Amino acid sequence: MAQIFHRSTNTLSRVTIFGAVFMIGFVLWVIGGIVRSPYATDQGIAREQPVPFSHQHHVAGLGIDCRYCHTSVETSNFAGIPPTATCMNCHAQIWTSADMLEPVRASYSTGKPIVWSRVHRLPDFVHFNHSIHVAKGIGCATCHGRIDKMALTYQASPLTMQWCLDCHRNPERFVRPRDQVFNMAYVALNQEQIGPKLVHEYNIQSLTACSTCHY
Amino acid sequence: MATEQVPIHEVRPVTQELKIPARFIPQPVLEPGHTYSSITDHISSIVLRRKMPLIWYVGMGLSTILFLVLLAAIGQLIIVGVGIWGINHPVAWGFDILNFVWWIGIGHAGTLISAILLLLRQEWRTSINRFAEAMTLFAVASAGLYPALHTGRPWYDFWLFPYPNTMTLWPQFRSPLIWDVFAVSTYATVSFLFWYTGLIPDLATLRDRANSFFGRKIYGMLALGWRGSAKHWYRYESAYLLLAGLSTPLVLSVHTVVSFDFAVAQLPGWHSTFFPPYFVAGAVYAGFAMVLTLAIPFRKIFKLEDFITIKHLENMGKVMLATGMIVFYSYCMEAFFAFYSGNVFEKYMYLNRATGPYWKMFAMLIICNGLAPQLMWFKRLRTSAFWLFVTAQFVNVGMWLERFVIIPTSLHRDFLPSSWGMYHGTRWDWSMFIGSIGLFLFLLFLFVRFLPMISIFEMRTLVPEAHPIADEPTVEKAI
Ligand code: HEC
Ligand code: HEC
Ligand code: HEC
Ligand code: HEC
Ligand code: HEC
Repeated sequence: MAQIFHRSTNTLSRVTIFGAVFMIGFVLWVIGGIVRSPYATDQGIAREQPVPFSHQHHVAGLGIDCRYCHTSVETSNFAGIPPTATCMNCHAQIWTSADMLEPVRASYSTGKPIVWSRVHRLPDFVHFNHSIHVAKGIGCATCHGRIDKMALTYQASPLTMQWCLDCHRNPERFVRPRDQVFNMAYVALNQEQIGPKLVHEYNIQSLTACSTCHY
Repeated sequence: MATEQVPIHEVRPVTQELKIPARFIPQPVLEPGHTYSSITDHISSIVLRRKMPLIWYVGMGLSTILFLVLLAAIGQLIIVGVGIWGINHPVAWGFDILNFVWWIGIGHAGTLISAILLLLRQEWRTSINRFAEAMTLFAVASAGLYPALHTGRPWYDFWLFPYPNTMTLWPQFRSPLIWDVFAVSTYATVSFLFWYTGLIPDLATLRDRANSFFGRKIYGMLALGWRGSAKHWYRYESAYLLLAGLSTPLVLSVHTVVSFDFAVAQLPGWHSTFFPPYFVAGAVYAGFAMVLTLAIPFRKIFKLEDFITIKHLENMGKVMLATGMIVFYSYCMEAFFAFYSGNVFEKYMYLNRATGPYWKMFAMLIICNGLAPQLMWFKRLRTSAFWLFVTAQFVNVGMWLERFVIIPTSLHRDFLPSSWGMYHGTRWDWSMFIGSIGLFLFLLFLFVRFLPMISIFEMRTLVPEAHPIADEPTVEKAI
C-alpha cells in the first residue's frame, strides 16, 4: 500500500506542535497589547468637535483658569462644561465675525446648547468624583495631561482600572500641594519627600475597596 | 529448579478432582472463542464497514433535536440574561449548579475505571474503559456549560482564569469557586489526554483498515504517525501509566472541590466536614449508573455481548451497591449531625428537608438512593441486564434529586423567616437541562459512529494467545 502521507509530514507535524506553543503565546501577547493600546482605551485620540475649541489658546495663551469654565470641579463629581454664555462673555466682543465661531453664536441666539462630543468617558458602572481629587491635592495635569498644550482636547491617560489603582495604591507618588492643583506646569522636584508629607497632612487614604468606585 | 516450572495441570489436574462449584469459577471478561483478528474485525467494522443500525439514526435524530433545544435555551439566555431562570432571592443557586454537579459526578466513572482500575490491574476494565472515558468527556462538556453560562456574560468567562489584566484583578483565590475552575479544567484536560492517548493505537488500526481516502487521511492524522514499533509501545506504555497516575488523585480531588462550593459556606445543610467523601462516593455511584445506562443498550445494538459480558455489568452493579451504601450512610449522618449539633437552625433545616414543602423530593430521594440500590444484593438481579438498567435509572434520578435536596432546600429557608421563599425551575431551566442531555447523547452517538467504542488493542491482550504462560499457574506459584 502506498504511503498515506509524504515524508515531509514528519517535519511538518513537529513544527506545528512546537510552533503551536509559540503561536498561542504570540496571540495572547498581541491581545494583551491591543487591550492596553489607544485602539482600546482611546488614549491620545483627539475628538472632532462642533467648534474647534483650543485649550492651548484659552489656557496657555489667555491664562484663563480652569474653574472659569469648569465651574463645578471643586464641588461635585462632574467638572462641568461651560454654557455658551461663558464663551460669549468674550466672543461677544472678540472674533465676532469668525466663521469658526458661527455655531457658538447660533447656539447663543437660539438657546440650543453646543453639542460637544465627550472625550473622557468612564463606563456607567464606575463612579468618579472630581471634588475629592481636587481637595486632596491631585492636579488636573496628573490625569488630563498638559491640557494647556492641546489644540484639540484628547484623553491623556488610559482610564483603565489599573490606572486608577496605580494611584489609589500609592497616592504619595502623585499628590501635590493644593495650591498647585490648577497649575499645568507644576513639576515636583522632591516628590519622595513631599509626597508622604502631603499624604499625612491631607490625611489621604489608599482607597482600593471595590465599592469605592463600583456601587 | 527446571522441573518446578512445569505447568501444574501436568502434575495434578486440579479442577477435575476438586469439583469446584460453578459459582467459584470466575466468569470470563471475554467470551471464549475470540482471536486477535476476530476482535479487531468486529470492533473496527462498527466504525468502518457496517451500516449503522436503524436505532442509531433514531437516537441521533432525537439527540440532535434535544441539542437544538439547548442551543435555543442558550440563545435566549444570552439575549435576555439569567433572569429567564428560576433563580432569585433567596435561592440564587438553582438548576445551574445542580446540573453542573450532577454531570460532573457522572463523569467520575470514566476516570475511576480508566485510572484506578488500570493501576489495580483489574482486567475487566478493558472493554468498558474507552466508553466510560468518552462518557466522562461528554459529561464534563455538559457540566462545563453551566458555570460558563451562569455568569450571564459568557464572553467574559476568561476572567475566571488568573491572567494579568488592565483591571489588575486576580480571581479570589480563597473562594472554592475558583478552585472549581482549576479542578474542572484540569480534569477535562487530563481526561481528554488520557482518552486520546489510549485511542492512538486504535486510530492507527482504523487508518490501516479504512477504505476511503478521507478515512485514511483523517484517521492517519489523528494517529500521529503511530507505527506500532517497540519504541512506540514502550513510550506509549509509560505515557499511559503516567497519565493514569495523574488522573488517580483527580478522581478524589474534583468532587472534593465541588463539594467545597457548599461545605465552605456557612449555610446549615451545606456547612459540614463530611461533604468531600460523601460527594466523591456519590459521584462514583452516579458515574457507574450512567455507564450501565449506556452500556446495556449499546452492547445490544452493536452486538458486543462477547466483549461487555455479564461479568462487567455485575461488577458495575457491585460498585454501585457499595458506593450507594456510602451515600445512604451519609444521609443518615446528615440527620444525625443535625440533631446532635443541638443547633436550632441545623435541626430545622433537616426537618424542613424531610417534611417541608419539598418533602416529596426527599421521599423520592430515599427511595431512589436508599432503597433501589439494595436490589443489587441479589445475584439474580445483579446479573440481569434488565434489572441493572432499572436500578441505574433510579440512581440517575436519585442523584439529581440529591443535589436538588441539598441546594434549593437548604437555601430557601435560611436563618431569617422573613426572607424565606420557594424555588422552581422555569421552562428555560428545564430546556437547558434536557438540552444538555441532548448534547451528551449527541456527542456519544457521534463517538460510536466514528471511533472504536471498545479499545481494540487492549481487548487483544485478553485473548488466551496473548499470555500463554502467565495464565497457567506454575508449581512455583502454587507453592
Ligand atoms: C474657556 C473655557 C475653558 C477653560 C478655561 C478650560 N476649559 Fe476645558 N473645556 C472647555 C470646553 C468648551 C470643553 C469641551 C470641548 C473639548 O472637549 O475640547 C472642554 C473640555 C475639557 C476636557 C475634556 C472633557 C471631556 O469631554 O471629557 C478636559 C479634561 C478639560 N477641558 C480640562 C480643562 C483643564 C484642566 C483646564 C484648566 C487648565 C480647562 N479645561 C480649562 C472649556 C474650557
Ligand atoms: C476670556 C475670553 C474668552 C472666552 C471666555 C472664550 N474665548 Fe475663545 N477666544 C478668545 C480669544 C482672545 C481668542 C483669540 C485667540 C488668539 O487668536 O490667540 C479666542 C479664539 C477662539 C477660537 C478661534 C480658534 C482658536 O482657538 O484660535 C475659538 C473656536 C474659540 N475661541 C472658541 C471659544 C469657545 C467655544 C468658548 C466657550 C467655551 C470660548 N472661546 C471662550 C477669548 C475667549
Ligand atoms: C484623578 C484623575 C483626575 C483629576 C485629578 C482630574 N480629572 Fe477630570 N476627569 C477625570 C476622569 C476619569 C474623567 C471622566 C469622568 C467620567 O467619564 O465620568 C474626567 C472628566 C473631566 C471633564 C469632563 C466632564 C466630566 O466631569 O465628566 C472635565 C471638564 C474635567 N475632567 C476637568 C478636570 C479639571 C479642570 C481638573 C482639575 C481641577 C480635573 N479634571 C482633574 C479624571 C481626573
Ligand atoms: C493620581 C492619583 C489618582 C488617580 C489616577 C485616581 N484617583 Fe481617585 N482618589 C485619589 C485620591 C488621593 C483620593 C482621596 C482619598 C481619600 O479620601 O483620602 C481619591 C478618591 C477617589 C474617590 C472618592 C472615594 C470616596 O470616599 O468618596 C473615588 C470615587 C475615586 N477616587 C475614583 C477614582 C477613579 C474611578 C479613578 C480612575 C478613573 C481614580 N479615582 C483615579 C487619587 C487618584
Ligand atoms: C479606583 C477605582 C476603582 C476601584 C477601587 C475598583 N475599580 Fe473596577 N473599574 C474601575 C474602572 C475605571 C473600570 C473601567 C475600566 C475600563 O473601562 O477599561 C473598572 C472596571 C472593572 C471591571 C470590568 C467591568 C467590565 O464590564 O468591563 C471589573 C470586573 C471590575 N472593575 C471589578 C472591580 C473589583 C472586583 C474591584 C475591587 C477589587 C474593583 N473593580 C475596584 C475602577 C475601579
